[in-house]
Amino acid sequence: MDGAHDLGGMHGFGPIDRSQQENFAEEWEEKVFALTLACGMQGKWNLDQSRFARERMDPAHYLSSSYYEHWLHGLELLLVEQGLVSQGELDSGVADPPATFTPVPRDKVPVILSSGGPTLMETDRQPSWQVGDRVRIRNEHPAHHTRMPRYIRGRCGEITDHYGAHIFPDIHAEIGEKIPEHLYSIRFSGEELWGSNSADQRSAVHVDVFEPYIEAAAA
Amino acid sequence: MPDHEHPHHHHNAPLSEIEQRVKQLETLLVEKGLVDPKAMDELVDTYEHRVGPRNGARVVARAWTDPEYKKRLLEDATSAIMEMGYAGRQGEHMQVVENTDQVHNMVVCTLCSCYPWPVLGLPPTWYKASSYRARAVSEPRAVLAEFGVTLDPDVEIKVWDSTSEIRYLVLPQRPKNTEHLNQEALAELVERDAMIGVALVENRDTEG
Repeated sequence: MDGAHDLGGMHGFGPIDRSQQENFAEEWEEKVFALTLACGMQGKWNLDQSRFARERMDPAHYLSSSYYEHWLHGLELLLVEQGLVSQGELDSGVADPPATFTPVPRDKVPVILSSGGPTLMETDRQPSWQVGDRVRIRNEHPAHHTRMPRYIRGRCGEITDHYGAHIFPDIHAEIGEKIPEHLYSIRFSGEELWGSNSADQRSAVHVDVFEPYIEAAAA
Repeated sequence: MPDHEHPHHHHNAPLSEIEQRVKQLETLLVEKGLVDPKAMDELVDTYEHRVGPRNGARVVARAWTDPEYKKRLLEDATSAIMEMGYAGRQGEHMQVVENTDQVHNMVVCTLCSCYPWPVLGLPPTWYKASSYRARAVSEPRAVLAEFGVTLDPDVEIKVWDSTSEIRYLVLPQRPKNTEHLNQEALAELVERDAMIGVALVENRDTEG
């Protein structure tokens, strides 16, 4: 979706605030981080659904709130959408009924974190593109979750690597199904993305791009 | 901020609106049986105290001193990093990109905050904030200048936008006059920002 989260190339945010060196600026942010990961371990949603929940935040609010507020919004939305808590419980803070679920215990946390969530998959389909191919990113504006940032749409680049087939995020977010799609690293020149007057000559952006986002450069 | 310092909370001050909202949510989720408070402590403790950029620094220092390891790291970063004992969430599929005299690499996630947790820990706040996410791709030289890095105009900058589950770690250039330093001493020189690609590694050794 063309949401406020898709920030690449936007102007107006000013200098980078390098005073913000910490991972957690305030104690409530630690809580939001831990609640989000702990609830995620219930297995009711995947990472792409988690991202999509944050992306659906009102754009004006997204841009004016801090990072862990995005997480808090996403967590509350998923809890209600997946039926783990009701809107009434969320508003009142009172569990009705209590103790419906079994939490992931502390001693399971290290093994869950260390196994992670690999996305590499087997597929019978051959990749359509090879390293060295010049391709174009489709000019599409899906309303659902996608990992195709706006600033590369319609732009041409060169395939510089093939990472195998990975879980396709668009469908993973929409229906939770793990569909393998070939994943490439594509190099876009600074000039192709930002114009010949762009301030940064001799720069390039490498973007990880899934095959459904790609078409032939000549098309 | 030192490693073990917790974010500050003023115990005498009334809770802000968001603090109240989070406290209420935590109470609710514990009551529902969705969350074990001890598991929450474990999660925060893992990333505040155990997993952080010292891991990445050890990978970099080994690559600088062990050519066979460096070769493996550039060919199959996930396996080479796992050899050092670092793996798991947000580091399932790693790529290491090497800085040279001709190329400087830097990493961003324009769409959210993707970052290689097992080797760098959780990202600093600026990495997740709008300004870095917006500008790293469109004006990397200006961004680098804000971090105090000025590159020769002939050096090509490659910005890696982490739009999939591949996570990127920058292998910085080894500073000059460090031949006398062992792996451990070299790792001490490698700061987090150099592995994101917004800093160079400096030789802080006065003997060097």
